[in-house]
Amino acid sequence: MTRIGAAIVCATVLAAIVGPAIAGVDPAFQDLPLRLDGPSAVHWLGLDELGRDILARVLAGARISLLVGIIVVGISASVGTLLGSIAGYYGGLVDEVVGRLSDILMAFPGLLLAIAVVAVLGPSLTNVVLALALIGWVGYARLVRGQVLRVRELDYVQAARALGAATPRILARHVVPATLPALIVQATLGMGGAILAEASLSFLGLGVQPPTPSWGTMLNYGRAHLLDAPHLTIFPGLAIAVLVLGFNFLGDGLRDGLDPTMSESGRR
Amino acid sequence: MLRFAARRVALTIPVLLGVATLVFALIHLIPGDPAQAMLGEAAPQADVDALRRQLGLDRPLLEQYGDFLAGAITGDLGTSLRTGTPVSTQIAERLPATFELALAAMLVALALALPLGIAAATWRGTIVDRAAMTVALAGMSIPNFWLGPLLAIVFAVELGWLPVSGRGGVEHLVLPALSLGLALAAMLARMTRASLLEELREPYVLAARARGVSRMRAVMAHAFRNSLIPVVTIVGLQFGAVLTGAVITETIFSWPGIGRLLIQSIGFRDYPLVQGCILLIAVTYVAVNLLTDLAYGFLDPRIRYQ
Repeated sequence: MTRIGAAIVCATVLAAIVGPAIAGVDPAFQDLPLRLDGPSAVHWLGLDELGRDILARVLAGARISLLVGIIVVGISASVGTLLGSIAGYYGGLVDEVVGRLSDILMAFPGLLLAIAVVAVLGPSLTNVVLALALIGWVGYARLVRGQVLRVRELDYVQAARALGAATPRILARHVVPATLPALIVQATLGMGGAILAEASLSFLGLGVQPPTPSWGTMLNYGRAHLLDAPHLTIFPGLAIAVLVLGFNFLGDGLRDGLDPTMSESGRR
Repeated sequence: MLRFAARRVALTIPVLLGVATLVFALIHLIPGDPAQAMLGEAAPQADVDALRRQLGLDRPLLEQYGDFLAGAITGDLGTSLRTGTPVSTQIAERLPATFELALAAMLVALALALPLGIAAATWRGTIVDRAAMTVALAGMSIPNFWLGPLLAIVFAVELGWLPVSGRGGVEHLVLPALSLGLALAAMLARMTRASLLEELREPYVLAARARGVSRMRAVMAHAFRNSLIPVVTIVGLQFGAVLTGAVITETIFSWPGIGRLLIQSIGFRDYPLVQGCILLIAVTYVAVNLLTDLAYGFLDPRIRYQ
């Protein structure tokens, strides 16, 4: 399953990079007389409500999805690792503050806080990234804090401390690298989560705004043509499901490989 | 048990205060003048000033904060800008529909997850296990805003078996509950499998197996009930995910609940109503988590002394 996941992710990355060029159709080009036409030899996935090629838009949408995933996971993992490692290593007041802050953010289920933030800041790609990173760092901070609490008591970290190494150096050279396997697993699964979250917000009309092609926005507009042109709904949704499944397969496989203590097979 | 309950409730109070503070801050995050943003750029200055007074935005921040907290405690969440009715009344009207949907989705999730998880654990390592877990992972990857329309195409449009939208009898509930419950079912199936496998390693199960009890009987008669405790906890903790998922599901199926009200109020820039919906969903989530914690402490006495 890991290989299937890796293949899906690699294929999507490749499609996002070279796809729009190969498709040879501008995702914004409107062929209004042919609007809502179903899949054909010329337009493999059909045309949307404005006569735009759905394949070209799905490929262009892959760029947005992957971009959002990478930026959200990048910011969340960096902030979470920084705060989690400091909280776990120093404990005391810093730990309390980070803990209470994450408690409050975790009290908002799922996407609720992101919906609220985008609702007040206004719908845009930047605000989606901001809102998702705002809630995203908590998971990483909790994970890293737990790992740091374990690692800081290990002999080699104690030895570094006894030799007089400065705390930032101990954290950067000895503690944080030990948390990397769990962090990589979380980040891989987090990519799927971030892509799904962006699509959800865009579906609700709170994310990427037209004419920028986004899978969630395409699904949102496809809803109005569920009866007469279901292909508007089927293909972007399939793209989201397959890519998220790819990241979930990959994350699960990496968890088994990199972090046996967290895997289900490891707990057998 | 009383001391345990008191400690858990006391730990919840600062979280609720933090949630209320964050929800209060939302309106102040609006770029520029919140009253102007709500009424639009073309609104006359007199209207903007009147709205600012109505929302209390012309008063000192601390005073606004104090009033907001006092209102939240007494159930006064302000007045909807669009309808002029109290926010709490509008929310109370929509609340039963959301709870009905959330409950139905959780029942669907349990009905699908338990057999799948039990089958995977009973036949661990076989094709049944791999198939069940692949199906579960696929279920977690399918967005409910895609599954919902697909279900509607097949069961409402093509087959004509079920209504495509709205709230009414049980038949109206089937598609939204399925669409909302599937991802939870997938997660619960994985959890049931892991929990059962853990339980199957316990000495009392091994002793039963040594006496010649079949693996199936060991699962059903011995391990299953005990393995349910963590599963029930996850069901409680996932209530929040169901509530957020309901925002999307209610939008797809025109289900008249809190989620749809939230999205509609965002569309109308009715920020007092947005604040009210967000606050209510978050507080419900915190309350359900607290109840889950208390139930866990009640079911498993070891938890009370940790």
